[in-house]
Amino acid sequence: MTSTILRLPRFTGRLILGFLAQFGRISLLVVELVRGLAEVRIWVPRTFTEAATVGLGSLPIVFVIAAFAGAVTAFQAGYQWQTNLPVYVLGTLIVETIVLELGPVLIGLVLAGRIGARYAAELGTMRVTEQIDALESLGRSPASHLIIPRVLASTLMLPVLVIIADVVAVGAGWISVKQVLPVTDADFAYGAKYFWRPFDAYYGLIKATSFGFAIGLISCYMGFNTKQGAEGVGKSTTAAIVASSVVILLLNVLLAKLLLNR
Amino acid sequence: MIELRGVRKRFGEQVVLDGVDFEVREGETLALLGPSGTGKSVLLKHINGLIRPDAGKVLVDGLEVATLHRKELSELRTHIGYVFQNGALFDSMNVFENVRLGLSDETKFNDLEYARTRVAECLKLVNLASETMDKFPAQLSGGMRKRVGIARAIAGAPKYLLYDEPTSGLDPVNADIIDGLVTRLDEELGVTSVMVTHDVRGAFNVADRIALLSDGRIVLQGTPEEFRQSENPKVKAFLERDFETSSYAA
Repeated sequence: MTSTILRLPRFTGRLILGFLAQFGRISLLVVELVRGLAEVRIWVPRTFTEAATVGLGSLPIVFVIAAFAGAVTAFQAGYQWQTNLPVYVLGTLIVETIVLELGPVLIGLVLAGRIGARYAAELGTMRVTEQIDALESLGRSPASHLIIPRVLASTLMLPVLVIIADVVAVGAGWISVKQVLPVTDADFAYGAKYFWRPFDAYYGLIKATSFGFAIGLISCYMGFNTKQGAEGVGKSTTAAIVASSVVILLLNVLLAKLLLNR
Repeated sequence: MIELRGVRKRFGEQVVLDGVDFEVREGETLALLGPSGTGKSVLLKHINGLIRPDAGKVLVDGLEVATLHRKELSELRTHIGYVFQNGALFDSMNVFENVRLGLSDETKFNDLEYARTRVAECLKLVNLASETMDKFPAQLSGGMRKRVGIARAIAGAPKYLLYDEPTSGLDPVNADIIDGLVTRLDEELGVTSVMVTHDVRGAFNVADRIALLSDGRIVLQGTPEEFRQSENPKVKAFLERDFETSSYAA
């Protein structure tokens, strides 16, 4: 019993120290990124290449996720529907749900797996095969060659993918809701416009941008600090996906509180 | 000149370097011998600042590596070519792009015509045809990858060359080719070299002087002849074990 009581503060202390150490290392990485920004000639072309890879490569999964999410939202709206409500509200419900929440969060979580795993595994493998050491030994900055392009690519491409996802999901929702309730195109369009504010789009894009930055930074950090061979790469990849997903959910709550409840 | 003074390094509970004193003179080739896992590569990485010592000093041309600022360290690294154990070539780049990265002068790096000529020149120095330029690391054999790694290290015309186990994993014939290459490059380019190896035969063939690292310290640093005549039990044990398993004898 006594030993358990003694272990608890030790465990808590280690946990706090571990968290502070991670936070310190991420901060140092951010400092390196800011310094690396001076090497525009290095990171600009690589960012375009990376963005194209991330964007085009993610399109199929974005289409699939968005279409299914839109359809399910419509069917659930149909299931909960009460006849005393005007049918145009369905347009409002589906569009607002997708643009404010489902689009950015679902795509963010899916891409945390897709992009996050890729970044962490790539950089982790480069670390354990000494490619990152080789880059440094050539007097070149890993920040401008490897990390800035990846972080910027995910930060810039996530909003673009979320816009595409929103359009596909709303389209799928529109088609689907007509299968379960007697709603016309005019009703749907009226409802969609009735409660629409430009801020809704900005809010979704702010979320997508911050999720993209979090995925890029966390995954690159995990990959960059990989240790112990293939097992280490596996651990970094898993940690990158889990940490990115948790941070996306935290940011989601934080941004909702800060931007929707001012 | 490269000097290490009382360098200590530990990873967690494991003490890897425990007060290493070590020097490499201008123009010489020094082989750093020692059993696997004794910290030879760790020591080598201290020289170009890839690892910082917990205590002690690492001096290159009088500059203390651990205290250099980012830009100063990058500048110093352009004078130190580093050949990694498995080549450490960038998978996503072909041989030309890999070797081109070794061009430390940005103007020359951006001059594509110059870069192609220089890369071909470096590949020739390591006995590789210029057609190799378009191949990717995955298409090369182990020996070729090591040679491309050497070509990348010499592309920027460095003053120092650090080799980390250049012959490990190679058959004796390819190991001899790499040893010959190291000797030839040292003579033709006039560089100062440090070669980490556990291949005693190769070390005796290539080096002007040899140092033996054991239990985190340099046991002996001297000429191959001084090594042969040493009565130090660790030196004798290390050499005898290798001589027994190889056809080489002094």
